Amino acid sequence: MSFSRAWLLTDTPASRQQAAWGQAYRSWLLFRRNRLAMTGLITVIVLALASAAAPLLAPQNPSLQDLPARLAPPSWEHWLGADELGRDLFSRLLYGGRITLGMVVAVVALVAPLGLAVGCVAGYLGGFTDRVLMRVTDIFLAFPRLILALAFVAALKPGLTSAIIAIALTAWPPYARLARAETLSIRNTDYIAAMRITGASTARIVFRHVVPMCLPSVIVRVTLDMSGIILTAAGLGFLGMGAQPPMPEWGSMIATTRGFILEQWWVPTIPGLAIFIASLAFNLLGDGLRDVLDPKQR
Amino acid sequence: MRGAGARAVLSGLASVPVTLFGLILVTFLIGRTMPIDPVIAIAGDRAPPDVVARVRLELGLDEPLFVQFWIYLKQLLQGDLGRSVMTQRLVTEDIARYFPATLELATVAIFLAMAIGIPLGVMAASRQGSRLDHLARVISLAGQSVPVFVLGLLSLLLFYVQLDLLPGTGQQDVAYQGTVPDITGMVVLDAALSGEWDAFWDALAHLVQPVMILAYFSLAYITRMTRAFMLEALSGEYIVAARAKGLSEARIVWRHAFGNILVPLITVIALAYAGLLEGAVLTETVFSWPGIGLYLTVSLLNADMNAVLGATLVVGAVYVALNLGADLAYRLLDPRVR
Repeated sequence: MSFSRAWLLTDTPASRQQAAWGQAYRSWLLFRRNRLAMTGLITVIVLALASAAAPLLAPQNPSLQDLPARLAPPSWEHWLGADELGRDLFSRLLYGGRITLGMVVAVVALVAPLGLAVGCVAGYLGGFTDRVLMRVTDIFLAFPRLILALAFVAALKPGLTSAIIAIALTAWPPYARLARAETLSIRNTDYIAAMRITGASTARIVFRHVVPMCLPSVIVRVTLDMSGIILTAAGLGFLGMGAQPPMPEWGSMIATTRGFILEQWWVPTIPGLAIFIASLAFNLLGDGLRDVLDPKQR
Repeated sequence: MRGAGARAVLSGLASVPVTLFGLILVTFLIGRTMPIDPVIAIAGDRAPPDVVARVRLELGLDEPLFVQFWIYLKQLLQGDLGRSVMTQRLVTEDIARYFPATLELATVAIFLAMAIGIPLGVMAASRQGSRLDHLARVISLAGQSVPVFVLGLLSLLLFYVQLDLLPGTGQQDVAYQGTVPDITGMVVLDAALSGEWDAFWDALAHLVQPVMILAYFSLAYITRMTRAFMLEALSGEYIVAARAKGLSEARIVWRHAFGNILVPLITVIALAYAGLLEGAVLTETVFSWPGIGLYLTVSLLNADMNAVLGATLVVGAVYVALNLGADLAYRLLDPRVR
C-alpha cells in the first residue's frame, strides 16, 4: 500500500481501503483550502499540545504562592502576570487548558455514543420505542442547558466530575434527534432491506450499518458543540458550581479575580481570552468540517 | 384548511402535558438526590430528635418515593413551591418579585438583537462575499464564542470605570431605591408609569450594559440564521423570475425573499428569546441584576433547595411555553406544514 497522490486520487480504486483513503484525502484537500478552518484546526492542535505538555512548558508550579508578586503585571518573571496569591498566570493557564479540554473530551465521550444509540434505535425501530425515547429527549430539551446543569450540579455536589456529568446529561438530546433524523432517511433504503433479507439481526443492522452513516453529521455537530461545552463549563466554574477554586480552571479563575477588574484588569481578562480563543477555534474547525463532511447543512 | 390548522395546533398542544410532567419529575428527582437534608434545613441542625422525627413525618419523607412525588405534585397544582430558607418567603412570592426584572432585560435585549441582527443577516446574504458579509460572519462567530460573563466584566471596565459613561451594577442607583412604586416590577416601566422621570432615566441607564451584553448573545444567532435562510430563499426559482421581470433589487430582496423567510424567522426569534433565559443567569450575576438568574445562583450557593427547584421549574416551564409558541406559530403560519 503506497500513499502516493496518484494512488489516493485514482478514479478506479482497487480495494475498499483505497477508496476510503481516497475519499478522506479528497475531503482533506477541500478542507485545506478553507483558511479559517485551518486556523481553527491549528489552534486546537496547539492548545491540545500545550495542555498535554503543561508540566514541561509551565515556567512555574501553578499552585506555588508568592505573595510579594501578588497581582504583578506581565514581566519577564511572570509572562502574563500573577494572580491574587502571586501564582504565575501563564502556568495556571496551561494547566487550566488540561481541565477545560479534559472536560470537553469527557463530555463528548459520554454524550456522542449515548445520543447515537438512542437516536438510531428510536429511528430504526419506530413505533412505541420511538415515541417513548423521543419524549424523554424532549423533556431534557425542555430545560435551558445551563440551568439544568446548575440544578444537576446542586444535586451532585459542586465539583469537576459533577460538572462533567451535568453537562453530559444536558448535551445528549440534540445528538439523539440528529441521529434519529439521519436514521429515518436510511431506514427504508434498499441496502438496509438487503441486509434484513440476508438475515442480519437488528442490532447488527443498527450498529454496523446505520450508526456509521450517521457519524459524519454527528462529528460536525460534536465539533460545533465543543465550543458550547467550553462555555458551559466555564460558566459553571464562574458561578462556583464547576471545578473548585484551587484548581486552575479558567472560569473559576475569573470568578476569584473578578473583583480586580477595575485595577488589575488583565488578571481576570487573560483566562477570559483563553476561553474565547479555545471556543472560537472549535467553532472555526466545526464550520470547516461541516462544509466538507456535510455540505447539505450549509 | 381551517380544520387541518386546528388539528396541527392540537397535536402541538398534546405534547405539552407530557413534557411538563417530565419536567416536574426531573426536578423532583434532583431535589431528592440533593445532599441537603430538607429536615435540617427546616428544623435547624441543633433540633432535638423528636422535632426532627416530627418534621420528617410532616414532610412525608417516611413515605415511599412515588407517594412523595404525588404529594409534591399536589402541592404544585395548588401553586405551592414551598418556602425559601434564605428569604423566609414563599418561593412563588420570590419568583413573582424577581421574574419581572429578567423579563425586562430579556425583552429589551431581544428587540435590540432583532433590530440589528435581521437587517444585518439580510444584507449579508444579498451581498454574499462582500465586506459586509464578512463583518456579519465575524460578529456572529465572535458572539458564539465569547463567554458572556467576560464580556460583561470588560464592558463594566470600559463604560463604567474608564469612560464613566454608564452606571455600574444593579437595577437602580441607591438614591432612587424605593422612590418608584411597584406596579409591574419592571423599574423602567414603573418609573415611566408613575411619572418619576429622574428615576426613569437612572433605571434606563442601568439597563444599557446588561441589555447590550444579552442582545449580543442572541444577535449572533439571529444574524447567522437570517443569513442562512436568505441565502436559501435567494436561490429560489421565483427570485430568478422576479429578476427577469425587472424588479428592483431592493424589492426582490425585501419583498420576495424576505417575505418567504418570515415564518422560520419567527421560530428562531422565539428560540433566541428562550435562550436569553440562559444568558440571563450569567449576565445577572455579573451586573448584580435582581432577576431570576441571580436568585437561582444565590439560592444555589446557599443550598436553598426549594428556591433552586422552584426557579428551575418556572424557568423550564417558560422555556417550554416559548418553544411551544414557536412551534404553533410555525404550524399556523406556514401553509406547507398544515
